[in-house]
Amino acid sequence: MSEPLEHWVSTEPFDPGRTSARLSKPSTRYLEASQARLFWWRFKRHRLALVALVVLAIAYLTVIFAEFIAPYGVATRNTQHIFMPPQPIHLFHEGQFVGPFVYDMRGRLDLDTLQRHYTEDERRPRPLRFFCKGEPYRFWGLVEADLHLVCPPSLGTFFPLGTDRLGRDIASRLVHGARISLTVGLVGVAFSFALGLFFGGIAGYFGGATDYWIQRVTEILRSIPQLPLWLALSAALPVTLNPLLVYFGITIILALLDWPSLARAVRSKLFSLREEDFTAAAEMMGARPARIIARHLLPNFASHLIASASLSIPTMILAETALSFLGLGLRPPIVSWGVLLSEAQNIEAVALYPWLLMPMLPVMVTVLAFSFLGDGLRDAADPHG
Amino acid sequence: MIRYLAGRIATMLGTLAVISVLVFTIIQLPPGDYLSTTIAELRAEGETQAEEKVAFLRDLYGLDKPLPLQYLTWVSGFVQGDFGYSFEYGRPVAEVIGDRLFLTLILNFVTVLFIYLVSFPVGIYVAARRYGQVDYTLSFLGYLGLATPNFLLALILLYFANTLFGISVGGLMDPDYTGEAWTAGKMGSLAAHLVVPVVVIGISGTAAMIQRLRANLIDELQKPYIVTARAKGLGERRILFKYALRSALNPFISDIGDLLPQVVSGSVIVSAIMSLPTTGPMLLSSLRSQDMYLAGSFLMFLAVLTVVGMLVSDIALALIDPRIRIGRGTA
Repeated sequence: MSEPLEHWVSTEPFDPGRTSARLSKPSTRYLEASQARLFWWRFKRHRLALVALVVLAIAYLTVIFAEFIAPYGVATRNTQHIFMPPQPIHLFHEGQFVGPFVYDMRGRLDLDTLQRHYTEDERRPRPLRFFCKGEPYRFWGLVEADLHLVCPPSLGTFFPLGTDRLGRDIASRLVHGARISLTVGLVGVAFSFALGLFFGGIAGYFGGATDYWIQRVTEILRSIPQLPLWLALSAALPVTLNPLLVYFGITIILALLDWPSLARAVRSKLFSLREEDFTAAAEMMGARPARIIARHLLPNFASHLIASASLSIPTMILAETALSFLGLGLRPPIVSWGVLLSEAQNIEAVALYPWLLMPMLPVMVTVLAFSFLGDGLRDAADPHG
Repeated sequence: MIRYLAGRIATMLGTLAVISVLVFTIIQLPPGDYLSTTIAELRAEGETQAEEKVAFLRDLYGLDKPLPLQYLTWVSGFVQGDFGYSFEYGRPVAEVIGDRLFLTLILNFVTVLFIYLVSFPVGIYVAARRYGQVDYTLSFLGYLGLATPNFLLALILLYFANTLFGISVGGLMDPDYTGEAWTAGKMGSLAAHLVVPVVVIGISGTAAMIQRLRANLIDELQKPYIVTARAKGLGERRILFKYALRSALNPFISDIGDLLPQVVSGSVIVSAIMSLPTTGPMLLSSLRSQDMYLAGSFLMFLAVLTVVGMLVSDIALALIDPRIRIGRGTA
């Protein structure tokens, strides 16, 4: 054993009137923190989830300002540059720093293979313009504007991710497609939440026969392979339908098969919570079931619900992409990542024009980001679980 | 055990009945039907002969009768092996689908087998060597595997196979064997062609399975009875395999309920992209052309495949876990 520890005596004067412990600053901060703040502190520990949050924030900003960020309009065609590979961005011209610029691309049609070959014309650098006046657009279809984050050079083109079979800029179409692809998940989850909370709520609160039948329905829905059913349902949407209705139709179809798992989670939580004293108290005071479920029971596990929602958004994004890719989901003129990918459906196109596969990247990034975010939220909601 | 089995089979039949109603409703949903479209087309071409055939079919499947009656005709035919008539191909559905059902069955079965064979040893390994390098690498790959939708993976593989090796990875066997009898050579060719689709379909399921087995096993390894076993001086190997693994195995098997629908979904879309001679591509085309009996048969078949698969997994679970067999189980 080493030296015995010195006996510690507080230098503060003794206050005989004090009955509770005096707390240090950090511990008061902890004890007085609201639930939301505690949640945020726990969430912050999950580094990857924080990164995911930032990525998603940027992605949804793109959704809001799509027209401003995209250099071209969604359907703008450039017949001179069909199936052009990505146009490289350079910084140095003949050893001199010019800033971001591109070279003109000269296209040549090979008459034997009917393939187009593009080469950079390295004589003249064409600097990119930023915060510039470019192609006019209607912001959100409402306000006339022509300000862009980045514009093609005044006499040249700027196709950083190449063009498709009609000479449309893939980068711009990706940005516009985000508007559909990223909101499908949100709207779908909203529908699925409404269904899941409703059915899970009444099953868990009332129990008995209601519970039995809702359980059977969810079991059946869970045992059907989702994709074929999604395909069949979206094939049933009339082709002539207005694009906006197709969009809502698809989100409802996605939600129809997604709610059972949520309903099961809500049910099992409610099963234990409805035995609590505060539920009995609310019942005695004459609160109706809807009020008890919504005001007294659901808030107890709201954070779990948010976490499970963020985990089911990627499934929906992937499902929409798959459906549109197969031509049974959204169809042109709507632009979503799945619709863009459907251009890359046959192997010849992929082999000759691999840049048509670009929309895969944002799909994977958002799906990963939502999974990490969901993990972080789940851990923050349930630190012991 | 027999009581459990009987109850379980009754539930399954009930589920299938409900699914059949659902499938029938869905294939009836699109406005108009294939026959009226055909008649309109034939009239436009000035043909009159085919109208008799159409009238015959309409009569045979009771297409002018009320819907519940049509449903009964369809379902009773289904049970007897008459899947209805494919209007697009002009032949009975049973003839059109031919080998496809069998190949779909094989594809899905081999995929599930692959998932279990890979995730079982790997899951045990990463749980035993937790936070090791293999664990971290695999966790990362697992996240990637879960985030990459399998149809995109199929596209990427097709792309690389095409550019790097100059071969096309389509089909499930060499073209010479189609329509031939099942010989050893045909089997071998099938096995060789199965590898890519099975890996593509199974990769996300494998990733999920490894994660779950790892989590279950780690939970078990922290329980007091493991500490006791270790205190008694049992070898690590024995603790892992004889103690922890047995309890962690339960969810591993019952997970097939979540896994199967996923695998079947995946096989549909991957087959469509890689144009495998399974149900996938034909289901898609029949949905597009509203060939309702063909689409309905495929949907029903996929549902049967899943539900029967779940039954098998439940029976397996009951065999290894007496709590479920006796009926007090909470699996």
